[in-house]
Amino acid sequence: MPDDLQPGVLDQITWDVAVVGGGNAALCAAITAREAGAHVVLLEASPRSFRGGNSRHTRNLRAMHDRPDGVLVEAYGEDEYWDDLLRVTGGQTDEHMARMTIRASAGAPAWMAARGVAFQPSLSGTLSLGRTNAFFLGGGKALVNAYFATAERLGVQILYDTEVTAVALNAGLVRELTLVSRGFPVTLRARAVVVASGGFQANTSWMRESWGEAADNFIIRGTPFAKGTVLRDLLAQDVAQVGDPTQCHAVAIDARAPKYDGGIVTRLDCVPFSIVVDCHGQRFYDEGEDVWPKRYAIWGRLVAQRPDQIAYAIIDAKADPLFMPSVFPAIRAGTIRELAEKLGLDPATLEATVAGFNAAVVPGSFDGARLDGCQTEGLEPPKTHWARTIDTPPFSGYPLRPGITFTYLGVKVSEQAQVLMNDGRPVANLWASGEIMAGNILGRGYLAGFGMTIGTVFGRIAGEQAARYARN
Amino acid sequence: MHETDAAILTEANRVMEICNACRYCEGYCAVFPAMTLHRSFAEADLNHLANLCHNCKACYYACQYAPPHPFGVNVPQAFALLRDETYRRYAWPAPLARLFERNGTVVSLVTALVVTAVLLLTAGLTAPGTLVHAAVGARAFYRVIPWAVMAGVATLALGYAVLAMTIGAVRYWRQCGSAQVTTAAILRGVHDAFTLRNLGGGGQGCNDKDESFSTTRRLLHHAMAYGFLACFAATCTAAFAADILGWPAPYPWFSLPVILGTLGGLGLLVGTSGLFGLKLVTDPTPLARRLLGGDIALLVLLWLTAASGMLALGWRQTSAMPLLLAIHLGPQESPHFP
Repeated sequence: MPDDLQPGVLDQITWDVAVVGGGNAALCAAITAREAGAHVVLLEASPRSFRGGNSRHTRNLRAMHDRPDGVLVEAYGEDEYWDDLLRVTGGQTDEHMARMTIRASAGAPAWMAARGVAFQPSLSGTLSLGRTNAFFLGGGKALVNAYFATAERLGVQILYDTEVTAVALNAGLVRELTLVSRGFPVTLRARAVVVASGGFQANTSWMRESWGEAADNFIIRGTPFAKGTVLRDLLAQDVAQVGDPTQCHAVAIDARAPKYDGGIVTRLDCVPFSIVVDCHGQRFYDEGEDVWPKRYAIWGRLVAQRPDQIAYAIIDAKADPLFMPSVFPAIRAGTIRELAEKLGLDPATLEATVAGFNAAVVPGSFDGARLDGCQTEGLEPPKTHWARTIDTPPFSGYPLRPGITFTYLGVKVSEQAQVLMNDGRPVANLWASGEIMAGNILGRGYLAGFGMTIGTVFGRIAGEQAARYARN
Repeated sequence: MHETDAAILTEANRVMEICNACRYCEGYCAVFPAMTLHRSFAEADLNHLANLCHNCKACYYACQYAPPHPFGVNVPQAFALLRDETYRRYAWPAPLARLFERNGTVVSLVTALVVTAVLLLTAGLTAPGTLVHAAVGARAFYRVIPWAVMAGVATLALGYAVLAMTIGAVRYWRQCGSAQVTTAAILRGVHDAFTLRNLGGGGQGCNDKDESFSTTRRLLHHAMAYGFLACFAATCTAAFAADILGWPAPYPWFSLPVILGTLGGLGLLVGTSGLFGLKLVTDPTPLARRLLGGDIALLVLLWLTAASGMLALGWRQTSAMPLLLAIHLGPQESPHFP
């Protein structure tokens, strides 16, 4: 297959399988379908340098294992995995489908390794995940590079700068895809289609439907190409939906992050050791409710609900060495008054907030590594752990904004990854994998590395099913 | 420190602060685990990290912040420039370092040519006609270039190299401010240096040309480095035979100096040719373009030394030997930088 397949030629070809998307889920589907003998085209909306969707920013995959396996230590069985999932989703999951995914995750690392993905022991600062998650050597972009190289070697036709704008559904069958490939309109025909084109978090106007103008102040942690075009098109054609359309996974990140693609480095881990105030200089939530990994995902929503969607974490010199270094420098000052001026807050109010907090701190034995019970008394809202007076200059401030990771809305699928219509019947030649269907299993919350698990497991199923259909 | 040096250091610092907040590359090489020991980076820390980098480029291709991302993280490039700056800063003697800084490629090649010319001149003056006649039998080499000249220049060159490298190393060591170093750490460092563990990319090899992985560069570097060591051993054993045992060169094919020299010469030829070839086909984006000349000059000098040595060996009984001998000795007896 020529590398420079021009848009004009695309109209003339009928593919066995067309895969929409270029992240982990799409690549797993494309590779699997190609290995099953299908002629596969992969349609990636981004240019080559930004290929891979949100997978570029990931770094591990959560995998079940009954005994130590490669980089995975000890054991992580089906029931414990399921309990973890049940807890984070608060029941917004499908037990049968979830357990099927969990069981299939056991074989994922070996399958991945055979297709070029390299693993490494868990990273410093993430040691708590060494038992449950397999880390990719070099992170998600290295994984994406490995899969693209494998797909190319196998003969998958890859088209970059190619955005699918519509999926023509008619009488329970996908007839054709409408796309813009390198600027030119194309009608593409395929016997089977896998959609793996992600969520819609990068589509500001869609986000505004749920969040109003606040959505303009959201920062998208991952790819700017997750616009949900295919998702919206399918849902408008009577395809069944899952997941709360108004919800998204949001964490608090540094407000100075770029609008898109800031990835991991924009996170701020200082919240438990700080007080967080809004633009009026007032505290609004217990910063020490629980250890940060268990709470960081609620702070995106908390900040999103404050005026102008901004907040400021304030620490003193004692807290400086306690958290992972952040990419943007702290805003520092010798006094709280001066810090308030630098942050654009009212100095008198911030001084009063800090003084009120300091007065409420009860003496205790501070321990940043566990729930230490150092708390405030008579303060509303309270700080229930790691509460220490803020009194040692220099004082530091970090601005916070909501950073959106992904959306939950998706298409409903069967256990075979087949897309379902509102009347419950499947679309005969349409499968889905990755974020576009993750809401079937992960309807709420998040479990580190589980998005990659869903993408890998359902990508493989979708690729296999699509290839089988196309070849018959 | 002039302005570009400050810019190089600032960029290395910016890149390391991004890397330290990410750490996805921790499994690739020694740079990233060393990086995590810091929260901020002093100049000496950055110099040390830059000199740990083996330019394998794995971190560049795995980087979610590599260009065209607005952060534009390019660790291999930032560190190559900083490494070059440390070579200049800590090299001895400083005037020579500055000379190379301005035009390392030309200076290296011109110096080599000048030394060759001097050797040729010496040979020509010793006995007219020497350069064009076959010289055979015991002490044949010394009839072309007198033993005193050959040994004298060699001793000077070796002495100079040892002195310059020692002073450079001590200066560098001091600025690093290394307080306590355990024997285990030194052994690990030596092991890593001899195996080039850090050109292993965490096990899969490194990015020699592009996103794909291979161990070609590592193997070629081994061929070059061990080839060089074998040649050095050949020289030492020959010197021992000539000066201590009183057996003058040339030596028979199956003598230790010739076997070592032949293997070493082949290693050098294969290594330098391969590394030069890699430079031609590699993706230039993660490289520091303005250092390319110096790299190539070094490869060319090593290649010339090896090639002329092999030819001199093969044709040592012909009239080409004198010229080849002078060309062979020229590049290796001229001062190199770094």
